[in-house]
Amino acid sequence: MAVVTTPKPSEELISINKTLDQTNTITLRIARSNPAEGQETSYSEFKVPVKKWTTVLEAILYVKQNLDHAVAVRYSCRQASCGSCGMKINGKPGLACYTKVSELKSNVITVEPMNNFPIIRDLAVDFKQLISNHKKMKPFIIREDSEVTPESKEFIQTPKDLENFLQFSYCIKCGLCNSACPTMATDTSFIGPQGLAQAYRYVADNRDKGKEDRLKIVDDSHGIWRCHFAGSCSHVCPKGVDPAMAIQLLRGYMLGFQK
Amino acid sequence: MAERLSNREGIKGMANPTRYGIERVAYWLQRLTGLGLLAYLIGHIYETSTIVHGKIAWDKMLEFTQTTQGHLFLTLVIGMCVFHTANGIRVMLGHGGIGVGKPGQPEYPYKAASLNYKQRLCIWVSIGLAALAMMYGASVLFGV
Amino acid sequence: MRESIIMKIHYGTALGAVALVAVHILMRMTQNFDQSLQYQNVIANYHFLPYALMLEAVLILLSVHGFNGLRVILLELKQGSTYERMVNYGSIAAMAVLIAYGSRTILMAGMGIS
Repeated sequence: MAVVTTPKPSEELISINKTLDQTNTITLRIARSNPAEGQETSYSEFKVPVKKWTTVLEAILYVKQNLDHAVAVRYSCRQASCGSCGMKINGKPGLACYTKVSELKSNVITVEPMNNFPIIRDLAVDFKQLISNHKKMKPFIIREDSEVTPESKEFIQTPKDLENFLQFSYCIKCGLCNSACPTMATDTSFIGPQGLAQAYRYVADNRDKGKEDRLKIVDDSHGIWRCHFAGSCSHVCPKGVDPAMAIQLLRGYMLGFQK
Repeated sequence: MAERLSNREGIKGMANPTRYGIERVAYWLQRLTGLGLLAYLIGHIYETSTIVHGKIAWDKMLEFTQTTQGHLFLTLVIGMCVFHTANGIRVMLGHGGIGVGKPGQPEYPYKAASLNYKQRLCIWVSIGLAALAMMYGASVLFGV
Repeated sequence: MRESIIMKIHYGTALGAVALVAVHILMRMTQNFDQSLQYQNVIANYHFLPYALMLEAVLILLSVHGFNGLRVILLELKQGSTYERMVNYGSIAAMAVLIAYGSRTILMAGMGIS
């Protein structure tokens, strides 16, 4: 009779499993405020057990489930696709679901609402301005022949044509770029890196015919010229959209470097 | 009140060069040197205007500016001027879309192509050139 | 004026100023620095028409570039139509005053009125 033996786990595997199972306790400081009710910002501290793969969002949700359910936080997909859980984590904007506690290399983690967005309550901020600026950029294909008729033909776009704008279409409107931008820190009328990058996304699309319209919109005293290529937006973008590149390429059209 | 409600970082946030890499430091230095150079330009136009009042006034002005402190200040101005120029050329080219990389399929860990090594190198070269110019300027001014 | 035109002027004045300021500094290097600042030497510079014209050009380029830079910073610091109008006109006025004051020196020293 054949004897089936289960392989013994190697020492390496055991040590990896040990590391994965290891539970640490961190202090999570959550900024609490309610400006509508005149409540100034204060910080609530919670002891949270975390493992190697625990994300900041999971730590916040642990607090909500077990310690204080009144913490206001916006989240949805938990996989960096919806752009809801943007916040300042240890002073830098980041997606809470995309930031692991272990990568912050600190036992004290402070989460605050994103800067440059009005606070609704605690970690939830108002996206009205971002959405409004996004809409101003006419985020859709502009063509006279956009109506589908029996005579319509499909518009052939090569992979190279697609590559010109694809990365900019990955924007999830999380607002991290606007939060990191130094101009946004003081300029309340600035379109912001998110909006400007989206303007380029459509300008670079060879199906679109709205380039002149969009260039006129961004050529404003609080438009594209208020970007000074500090690159902070691209530094924090969780999707590799690289708004700084989009803005410079868009400006290239206005300076005559791009055709 | 409005500032608090809008949760803007304000001047403190804008002027904070940490957190976002060398590009943000360069942005901050460019602003600072620009303001410094404008202040120097105004001062320089004022100091040179003394020449219309004759030799005595000019010599008196030289006596005031050609001092150790004056030379140290001028050395700093040289550094500011060189950094502002070199980094300004980098930024200007970047503004035209030159040297900021090409759009493509972003891949994890999503390093931004616009924040590439060429840009970082140019920033360090600007800082290096400013330091060299300051050293040369100091050697000329102090007659070493 | 459209912002794009203003910013093109900003870049143009920057490039022009870089070239001319380099000449201006090199002129100090043609002799010993202290010597180059002697009254007779400086007056001689002003009397040399091409150099005086170059100084005038440097003055205009740097004033336009500098005050437009300041305008940009101020526009980003605070918003509001009255404030922005004040900043725009204020920087033009400051530019004009600085150019006028510097031109007065170049003109008077160049023509020997001192």
